[in-house]
Amino acid sequence: MSLAAARPAAALAGAGFRRWSTYRQAAVAGVFVNTVFGVIKLSILLAVADSAGGTVAGYDRVGLSTYAWMSQGLIAVVVIFAWTELADRIRTGDIAVDLARPVDLQLAWLAADLGRALWGLLSRAIVPILFGAALFGFRVPGDAAALLLLPVSITLAVVVSFACRFMVNLAAFWITEVRGPVTFYILVAGLLGGHLIPVQLFPSWLQAVAYATPFPAIMQWPIDLVTGQASGWAALGLVCAQLGWAVALLALGRVVLRRATRRLVVQGG
Amino acid sequence: MADPRVLEPAAGTVAGPTVAGAYGALVRSRIAAQASYRSSFALDIAAQVLIGLVEFAEVYVVFSQVEKLGGFSFAEVTLIFGLATAGFGLADLVVGHVDRLPYYVRTGQLDAFLLRPLSALGQLVTSDFSLRRLGRVVVSLVLLAVALTAVDIEWTPARVVLLLVTPLIGAVIFGAVFVATSAVGFWLVEGTEFTNAFTYGGNYLSSFPFTVFGSVVRRTFTFVIPIAFVAYLPALALLGREDPLGLPGWLSWSAGPVALLSCCAAGLVWRVGLRHYTGAGS
Repeated sequence: MSLAAARPAAALAGAGFRRWSTYRQAAVAGVFVNTVFGVIKLSILLAVADSAGGTVAGYDRVGLSTYAWMSQGLIAVVVIFAWTELADRIRTGDIAVDLARPVDLQLAWLAADLGRALWGLLSRAIVPILFGAALFGFRVPGDAAALLLLPVSITLAVVVSFACRFMVNLAAFWITEVRGPVTFYILVAGLLGGHLIPVQLFPSWLQAVAYATPFPAIMQWPIDLVTGQASGWAALGLVCAQLGWAVALLALGRVVLRRATRRLVVQGG
Repeated sequence: MADPRVLEPAAGTVAGPTVAGAYGALVRSRIAAQASYRSSFALDIAAQVLIGLVEFAEVYVVFSQVEKLGGFSFAEVTLIFGLATAGFGLADLVVGHVDRLPYYVRTGQLDAFLLRPLSALGQLVTSDFSLRRLGRVVVSLVLLAVALTAVDIEWTPARVVLLLVTPLIGAVIFGAVFVATSAVGFWLVEGTEFTNAFTYGGNYLSSFPFTVFGSVVRRTFTFVIPIAFVAYLPALALLGREDPLGLPGWLSWSAGPVALLSCCAAGLVWRVGLRHYTGAGS
């Protein structure tokens, strides 16, 4: 991105951060719900580990706790839940105004989303992780490479997640109500991304399906850097794969957008 | 701003058939509205079927790793899962959107409800009858049927009745949880996620045997928010098993009265919330 494009992007990211940071009550409620779900998720996983004799698929009890709280913390950062803002603007026709602006539509939304992600990280990720760490244990990675790569990995996870959500929202150019596709996406991405249960616990056929999709790049891979499921060169490999998905999906999103805008008819003068 | 205390009793003064007729017309219009966007509706239903399957995928993945979870077999957990999601699915279908109360407050729609001679809760419930959620109920019933062929149940008339009423009672309990926790929206305008912790969290929790949870979670979701009565305890009664954690056996048969109590409690919380409500605007 050139320097001229970087300034509006930074401004949009700042606006995204400030916009979401006005919802303080929602952040508290969000921390609460993520913590409750974290306890339920971890209880089930620990029962699995108990039945399996202490460890399961390379996770011990502390490993499972680390996984559960990282995944709960990342929810608000990578947004695996419904996001239909873009679809709403397409449905109402506001998208015509967005397209007329002198900034790239996709990158402008991406910048705002990165700002939102930073607010999500500060407001909703840290408390559940600290709570979980205090009550159930947390493994801080000893691997320096993984630790250094973690911020990059989380950022790329946001980009991959955004690129997917952007495309799902573009469905609104073709159908009126996108709730069905959005719900569909959330579920498949949540399951295959390793949000409910670590991908390593899947039976091998389902693991193969998951790794053929970009979804582990959104949730499982950043967590793998923390739990130590990936370290050293393997960690670098995951981050490179994330970068590959991010570039490919953003490019695909632009192709879909171009096709979609050809269908757009703006009424009025 | 209208005073809800003045308007609320008016609902009761309208003759019964008229009230029923009004609600009937509301529900019919919602159904017609949803079914009119056919392709979206079909995708919605498909998504709901998928929700059911994806939720069950977690159980499936768990049992690809272990033979028993918290002392229960795959078939037994599937039975619990089927009962729980059937109950939740029905509740979600009828009252699931009540958690959007903050949205109704913010947009002033609640004020419009309060001006009409029907109860605010009744109008809120009938404002979005989510037919698409039938997709999820169907999945849970299929899973329930499959589980019933695989578990060992000594059938008695009492158990047959218990099996048939459990999804309905579960729906009533979840419905009460939806209404009670949504009433938080009268105080917190951004409280939807708080509500979700108990509704969706309750659904998640109810699909697994309670033996996997720690004592704080277990007690809270048995005695404070009676989620254990939705599926886990009735499943124990169906299977003829004692609670491994020592709850008395009669509790497994008590979901009905518990549901009734929950409704009273939810009604009370809603009433208190509505009284507290003073309008979103000037």
